[in-house]
Amino acid sequence: MIGVLALQGDYSKHIEILQMLNFKTMEIRYPKELSLIEGLVIPGGESTTISDLMARSNFHSPIKTFAKKKPILGTCAGLIMMSKNLSDDRIKSLDILDISVDRNAYGRQIDSFIDQIEVSLNGKQNNVLAPFIRAPKINKVGKNVKILSYYKNEPVVVKQGHHLGLAFHPELVNTTLFHKYIFSEQFEISHAT
Amino acid sequence: MDKNRSFEIKVGLAEMLKGGVIMDVMNADQAKIAEDAGAVAVMALERIPALIRKEGGIARASDPQMIKDIQSTVSIPVMAKVRIGHFAEAQILEALEVDFIDESEVLTPADEHNHIWKHDYNVPFVCGCRNLGEALRRIGEGAALIRTKGEAGSGNIVEAVRHMRQVQSDMKKLTIMNQDELMAASKNMGAPFELVQQVANSGKLPVPNFAAGGIATPADASLMMQLGAETVFVGSGIFMSDDPSPRAKAIVDSVTYYKDSKKMVDVSMGLDSAMKGIDMSEIPEGERLQERGW
Repeated sequence: MIGVLALQGDYSKHIEILQMLNFKTMEIRYPKELSLIEGLVIPGGESTTISDLMARSNFHSPIKTFAKKKPILGTCAGLIMMSKNLSDDRIKSLDILDISVDRNAYGRQIDSFIDQIEVSLNGKQNNVLAPFIRAPKINKVGKNVKILSYYKNEPVVVKQGHHLGLAFHPELVNTTLFHKYIFSEQFEISHAT
Repeated sequence: MDKNRSFEIKVGLAEMLKGGVIMDVMNADQAKIAEDAGAVAVMALERIPALIRKEGGIARASDPQMIKDIQSTVSIPVMAKVRIGHFAEAQILEALEVDFIDESEVLTPADEHNHIWKHDYNVPFVCGCRNLGEALRRIGEGAALIRTKGEAGSGNIVEAVRHMRQVQSDMKKLTIMNQDELMAASKNMGAPFELVQQVANSGKLPVPNFAAGGIATPADASLMMQLGAETVFVGSGIFMSDDPSPRAKAIVDSVTYYKDSKKMVDVSMGLDSAMKGIDMSEIPEGERLQERGW
């Protein structure tokens, strides 16, 4: 079973993607529910809100413990939450990916866009549609972080250990590729559990 | 970007606001309180609906300086309102790069026949509705997000409930109709046929569906979420109450934990008085904000 952090954001879109892949899914609103799942998605949304709600429910330390053994996929605000360094003290991030991130780095909503990116997974090149919505930029990556895709010279897909972070929203365009990659191909989570 | 892609991006931002609270604010200080309380966005306006109701006069789009101050204070999306049909106000807000424009019945309408053609803008629009026909007309014009009208500034949830139930029931009816009944349904509700077909097939609106108009307590927010709202707007309910900051936080919690009644007890406890509110019988027909627009 894969959980989606359901404090705020487009968690229902991630649930739809996971169901397309025949995973059992669960909305996660309490830290104790983490013990029931094999993988976690931190969705897009407003990172200040998600960070605040996580702090109020004491989610930080249980998610960090979860991350030691199990995979986490973060998109946009989820990537921001997984980062180590932020240029913004409104957010308390999880330090799961050794990256530095700037929030809303492309500008306001009027600067949001959708474009094709190329990403290499398991040695295979894929062309995918990537919606960037008030998206963050990854401005520094640590040596253990692999960059799997760039958009205009900026890293937009990063992997460290069994965790994957995306600066954009595959869930908005029904792209199952990344969920499948991290939960089935890399981690072999069974669809039946 | 072509038109379809551009619409996807607009709806995309609305998706990111789901499960959140959008708060009306009148200055940068209030915007900061809202952001610190966990708001997903703020709606910048000169007077919140309860004050417009009290003070009367023409309610217009806000001073660009005030919107700029708010934009430089908070990192969450900043929305602002324009009068129904006032596309020049919308052009100004787009040039200001607000993140969402609310073509709103709370302000005095500028055009009694036509709403703004919202496809022309790169900034997404939200519009109010009382039923499915009205929602689909606005989506046809390019709205990327729909909210109930409710009765703004009343502190009374009854109209938002009426409008949310009406939209849900209108949608359910479409899903059980035969193909040959849909054209008549489209005619009767005054809605674009393609959108009527889409709702008949999917059972839901093609854009997110939020609640607004009269939400004053955490329980009001939970009620609207359980009736099918995906996020709530709180207008006068926060800054007309005696305790804006704790109330704002409590309403944010109530939208995340709306199904958990034990948690709802915790978040509802110890708040000062909510805004006083008005019974609908005290607002004469013709003075109801929800009757503005068509």
